[in-house]
Amino acid sequence: MYEHFLYEIAQANPDLVVMTAENRAALRNLPPMLGPRFIDVGIAEQTLVGAAAGLALRGRVPVAHALAAFLTMRAFEFIRTDVGIARLPVKLVGAIPGFLSEANGPTHQALEDIALMRGIPSMNVFCPADEVELIDGMAHILRDDAPWYVRYNACTPAVDHRTPFAIGRAEILSEGIDVALLTYGCLLSQCRTAAALLEASGVSVRLINMRTLKPVDEQAIVDAARDTTLLVTVEDHFASGGLGTIVAEIVASRQLAVRLHRLAMEERWFTPALLPDVLEREGFTGERIAARIRGVLAPLQKT
Amino acid sequence: MTAEAVASLSARALRVREHIINMCAGGGCFVGASLSCADLLVYLYSSVLRVSPAAVSDPYRDYLFLSKGHDVPALYGTLAELGFIDRKRLANHLKPHDSIYWHPNRAIPGVEFHSGSLGHLLAVAIGVALDIRLRGDANRVFVIVGDGELNEGSIWEGVLVAAAQKLDNLVLVVDRNEFQANLPTEELVPLEPIEAKFRAFGWGAWRTDGHDFDAMERAFRRVLFEPGRPSAVIAHTVRGKGLPSIERRADRWFVSASREEVAHFMEELHGGAAVAMTSDVRIVR
Repeated sequence: MYEHFLYEIAQANPDLVVMTAENRAALRNLPPMLGPRFIDVGIAEQTLVGAAAGLALRGRVPVAHALAAFLTMRAFEFIRTDVGIARLPVKLVGAIPGFLSEANGPTHQALEDIALMRGIPSMNVFCPADEVELIDGMAHILRDDAPWYVRYNACTPAVDHRTPFAIGRAEILSEGIDVALLTYGCLLSQCRTAAALLEASGVSVRLINMRTLKPVDEQAIVDAARDTTLLVTVEDHFASGGLGTIVAEIVASRQLAVRLHRLAMEERWFTPALLPDVLEREGFTGERIAARIRGVLAPLQKT
Repeated sequence: MTAEAVASLSARALRVREHIINMCAGGGCFVGASLSCADLLVYLYSSVLRVSPAAVSDPYRDYLFLSKGHDVPALYGTLAELGFIDRKRLANHLKPHDSIYWHPNRAIPGVEFHSGSLGHLLAVAIGVALDIRLRGDANRVFVIVGDGELNEGSIWEGVLVAAAQKLDNLVLVVDRNEFQANLPTEELVPLEPIEAKFRAFGWGAWRTDGHDFDAMERAFRRVLFEPGRPSAVIAHTVRGKGLPSIERRADRWFVSASREEVAHFMEELHGGAAVAMTSDVRIVR
């Protein structure tokens, strides 16, 4: 469990402090366990980030929690100016990112958080697929001396992770030559279903769990571009600035001729509902992803 | 404070003002805001802060965060007079080969953090103060904000949080020069009664004259004002203090002057006639 993990790390590392802007869902049991090393500033995201920078100036490793939308947008300039310019090792953890905001509505939908965070020099971005990966990755990130944005996701394990976590390394979950399916976060489990459905109908799929979007595993993307007929990015983020953009930048800068199809939110917020209904309505269940990919792939394979 | 001590601080502040005026040439600087807090910075660095050129990285030093940012020529001048940086380095103002530009940055020894975007360093100072308390240390954290900067919501967020955290190692100093970039503060977003606002937010608060070393000594010797509470010092100052030709002038926030005008300003600083400025007014904000 995430909070048990933080407690264990805090025992081993006396510099670790856990902070929150009164977002305690993932931290409920920590206040009595960490004592003064648990700092809740109240609903004050700007002060949360600025104070985290101050703590980092003094040698602390602050892990600062707030809802992803408010952390990355309300406090954006504090992240960019206080953490980013000084390259302080502040770890920002954004809760209920992307589709995980479910029925909260567009105010709470962080669908541009990756675009914003990756645009800050020195900032890194980690998008765990589930709780196992969250904890594996956090162990590395808390030892790293750079600032990080973590798209918090403590879902039940999406897959059996056999590739040890490494910063900047994707996890290749299957090999394939027809379609490369690149994804991250809570949609990995849906993409795994989609891959199985596609495989069952004779389409071979390279399923790639990106893990960190900055630094990104360029080699995994370049290999996929060279080895497969179609690259598909799947993400609960706006099409602009997320993984689809990252892949487009990489293949363009390397002058690779590829077919790239981006499944993401296009210029609108998603319909607020519980997660299964959001996935269905917006076309991101395994079945819907497989069907959308078949629609793109079929005309390509005829030619 | 003895008359001798006041004379020594006044002489130091005069030299800092000379540095500020010199920085008006070759591109200019935010001279009005710099002159208003020159005495405050000289007083704090000379008489209050437990920090020295040899102790800029000492974890037990007192911290001063200059949040208002654009008054950094006063800080550069103070740091030069106290030996944190070589006085000769001030000639590098705005030169690309050095880091002495319009806002503070940590490449200058003694500058604790970069600023320029208003409303940031109270939050950063809260983090530093929290860590000092966590470690059980006795150093204090000072933050200088402009009065116009009190328009920023993040200031009041920080004022609430600092009180909630009972940060009695934190001192906020308001350079109350009654102007923001283009207008008198009370004409745009009235701030008074400032002292009552801080008290209502759970702070100890005290007013002082930010150009009178005796008065500042009386105020800062009382810090902390109340146990368990952060302290706010409202330092009444005059924008452009020392140069009657630009004092309290909304259009002399930023001055870019010729070498000849700088020479005239220098005479004015030392009691000569007021300068009639002919350079273009430059509005940076």
